[in-house]
Amino acid sequence: MTNIVFWFFVIMTITAALMVVLSKNLIYAAIALLVTFLGVAAMYVFLWADFIAGTQVMIYIGGILILLLFGIMLTHKITSVRISHTNVQRGVGALIVAAIFVGLVWMINFTPWLKVTTQEPLQTVHSIGTLLMTDFLLPFEVASVLLLGALIGAAVLARKET
Amino acid sequence: MNILQVYLTLAAVLFSLGIFAVITRRNAIAVLMGIELILNAANLNFIAFARFGGMNFSGHIFALFVIVLAAAEAAVALAIIINLYQNFQSINVDEAQQLKQ
Repeated sequence: MTNIVFWFFVIMTITAALMVVLSKNLIYAAIALLVTFLGVAAMYVFLWADFIAGTQVMIYIGGILILLLFGIMLTHKITSVRISHTNVQRGVGALIVAAIFVGLVWMINFTPWLKVTTQEPLQTVHSIGTLLMTDFLLPFEVASVLLLGALIGAAVLARKET
Repeated sequence: MNILQVYLTLAAVLFSLGIFAVITRRNAIAVLMGIELILNAANLNFIAFARFGGMNFSGHIFALFVIVLAAAEAAVALAIIINLYQNFQSINVDEAQQLKQ
């Protein structure tokens, strides 16, 4: 049963990612991106990372995807022009990507990965919170400054010049 | 499923598709979607190694920081794209060739 659910999510993720890359309609691509994010969140659940899965759903789907949709709405005349776009140089791009993919798969299958057997953690949020406040305190604080900078920078950039 | 390679292969698929979007898409927002795919692939690797490679919760923290950076990056990139649209009335990346108009 778990296997069926797992492979369902894998196939769903790959199909949606293909739609993101190939769809002619930009809105369809954004909706397919939503499905991709959901599939990756399901993978996180299979990997015992429930907190990261929740964060993925909240920030990627609730934040970044909405931002992307806003971007599409603001940069296209929705009523007059079809929201479509094309790919350029598909042949060369597909060749390069196929080479990268084959190399990656070869590397994945022929590397002797270090296998460590770990127990399923009882609570993830507790451990993540403790680590954030001890070992990773400086990056945590720097991230807050970076978010503030990005917020102000984005507001200044997007404002119409008067 | 308890095989590391399955997750790594899925991440490789997402990464390749993201690269394909970045290379071939003309619309800047579609390029941004490709970058999000690449970041998701990297995150999937971090979490996979957190479970199978003994990285434990450090992998989770890394993934959290990647998500935070992706949010900041998307906000700034969209601001730049909106600016581009105001200047060129188009957001095709191959048409924005001038630094100044």
